[in-house]
Amino acid sequence: MTRQVDALQAKPAPLGRSRFLSTLNLANIPRRGLILLAVLLALLIAAPAFTSDYLLSILILILYFAYTGQAWNVMMGFAGQLSLGHALYVGIGAYMTAALFIHFGTPPWIGLLVSVPIAMAAGAVIGFLAFRFRVAGTYFAILTIAFAEFARIGFDHWDWVGASSGLFLPVATYTQNDLWHLRGRPIMFYYLILAMTVLAFLLCRWLLGSRLGYFWQAVREDEDAARAVGIATFRTKMAAVVISAGLTSFAGMFYAFYYNNLFGEQVFSIGRSIEIILGPLIGGVGTLFGPVLGAFLLTGLAETLTEILGLIGVDLPGAKQVFYGFCLLLVVMVMPEGVWPWVARKLGLETRQ
Amino acid sequence: MLTVEDLDVFYGDAQALDAVNLSVPEGAIVAIVGANGAGKTTLIRAIAGMLRPARGRIRFRETDITGWPSYRICNLGIGQVAEGRQLFPTLTVAENLQMGAMVPRAYAHRVRNYERALTLFPILKERARQAAGTLSGGEQQMLAIGRCLMGAPDLVMFDEPSLGLAPAIVHEVLKTIRELNREGLTCVLVEQNVAVSLKIATHAYVLENGRTTLSGAGDALLADDRVRKAYLGL
Repeated sequence: MTRQVDALQAKPAPLGRSRFLSTLNLANIPRRGLILLAVLLALLIAAPAFTSDYLLSILILILYFAYTGQAWNVMMGFAGQLSLGHALYVGIGAYMTAALFIHFGTPPWIGLLVSVPIAMAAGAVIGFLAFRFRVAGTYFAILTIAFAEFARIGFDHWDWVGASSGLFLPVATYTQNDLWHLRGRPIMFYYLILAMTVLAFLLCRWLLGSRLGYFWQAVREDEDAARAVGIATFRTKMAAVVISAGLTSFAGMFYAFYYNNLFGEQVFSIGRSIEIILGPLIGGVGTLFGPVLGAFLLTGLAETLTEILGLIGVDLPGAKQVFYGFCLLLVVMVMPEGVWPWVARKLGLETRQ
Repeated sequence: MLTVEDLDVFYGDAQALDAVNLSVPEGAIVAIVGANGAGKTTLIRAIAGMLRPARGRIRFRETDITGWPSYRICNLGIGQVAEGRQLFPTLTVAENLQMGAMVPRAYAHRVRNYERALTLFPILKERARQAAGTLSGGEQQMLAIGRCLMGAPDLVMFDEPSLGLAPAIVHEVLKTIRELNREGLTCVLVEQNVAVSLKIATHAYVLENGRTTLSGAGDALLADDRVRKAYLGL
C-alpha cells in the first residue's frame, strides 16, 4: 500500500522518553510544515474577502471534497478497506437532516442526532456482513456499491422524502446568516465547510496516532500479521467503517442545506462515490494531506478547464469526467503513491529514511 | 504448560491434522519436525487461534483455549513468530515493534520491553526509522522476534525461523532462541533444519501426514534410526 510520508502524522516517537505513541504532538512536525499549514489556513480564512462569488463556490466545492475525501480515507487509507459506495453515507446524512427540517422544522444540528447514527448503523451493517462472512478486497468494494444502489432505488421511491420528484428545501434571498438553521449566504457555508475540513483533519491526525490508528494500519498492511500480534481485526475494521460513515454523513447535511435540493437518483449514484475517492487517490491514499491536496488539484484544475472551455466557446459535455480520468491515469502511472508523498519529499517534510 | 489433545483440523474437506497430541512443559524447547505439508504450520496456527479445530482440546495452563479468537490467545501469553516473518512492510521498525505491544497484557510494559528488544537486537536501534520492508532477511527475522517479545509472551511458537537465511544468521537466530529460553521463555520450534533443532530441543515431536508418529527427548530422537533415515539423510 501507500508508503506514509506524512509530516503531520504521528511518527515513531523517541521511545522510552515521554510518550510511547505520540498523538497531537505538534513538536513532531518540521517547522517548515507548520509554517506552510499556518499560511494555507490564513489564506483560506481570508479568501472570501478577495474572491468573487463564483470563486467562492469553487472553494466550497474543493473543501467539500477535501472533507469527504478525508472521511473516506479513514476507511481505505488507514484501515485498507475499499469503499466505492460512500455516496450512501452522504445521501443518508443529506436526506435525513433535510427531511426532518422540511417536515418538522428540526434544525439540522439536531437532525444530526438522527442522521449520523443511521449512517453509522448502515456502515455497521455493511461491515458486519462483509467481515463476518469474509467478504474482502474487490468483493467488499462491490458490496459497498450494492448498498449505495439499494439506497438509490429505495429513496427514489420513498414518498416521505419526495421520491423521484426530489426533496426541496425552502429558499429565499437571505440577508442574514442563520447558522442554527443553516439558512444564509454562501459565505456562511464557506466557513462552515472550512471548519468541518479543519476539524476532520485534526480528528484524523489524532485517530492515526491513536492505538486504534495503529490497529488500522496493521490491518491495512497485513491482516494475518495483525491477528498474529493479537489485534482484534473484526472490531478494528468495524470501527473504521462506522467512523468513516459517521464522518461522511456530516458532509450530507452540508450538501443538503447548501444545494437545497436532493434527488435520490443523483445523490446516491456511483458517480458521486467515485468523485469522493478521486481526491485522496490523486493526493495520496493513507496520508493526511493527500485528500486535501487532491481536492485542490482536481477540483481546481477541472473548474479552470471548464472556465477556459467556456471562454473559448467550446461546449463539451463530459469534459470534466474525461479530465478526471486523465488525471487519475497520470497519477497512477507517474506517482502511484499520490502527489502528496512527492511534494513532501520535495519540501523536505519526509521524516522517514 | 500447553497441551494439545486429539486435535483435528480441516481445510475444507482435506484433513490437515489428525488426532495430534502435543505437550509443552514450562521452560522447555519443544521441536516439531516433519516434511513439507506434514501439518507443522497448521498446528501452530490452530494453537494461535488462527484456525478453528474440528475436534480436540487445546489447553494453556489451566485454561481451555479451544476455539478462542487469536487476540484473546495472544493476550494470555502465547506469541508466534510466523513463517515468512509477516512484518508490516511500510511501517518503520519502531512502529512494527510498537505494534507488538498492543495486546492489553503488554501495553503497560511497552517502554521497558522496547528497550529490551533493542538490547537484544542492537541493529534494530540503528534501523528504527527505516521501513521494515527495506531490512535484510536476517534483520527482518530479528524484528519479527523482537515484535513478538513486545507482547510479553510466556510461550513463543517459532515457525521456520531460519527459512531463507544465510547459515551464519541461522546460527545467530537459534542462539537467540536458546538465550530467551534460558531466561525462562517456553519455546515451540518448527524447523526444517532438523539436526540443529533436535539438538537444542528438550522434547521433540515428529509429524507425518497430520499425525504425531514419534515423540521423545530431543537427543533421543536424534539417535533414532527412523529420524536419522527420514530427516537427516544418514
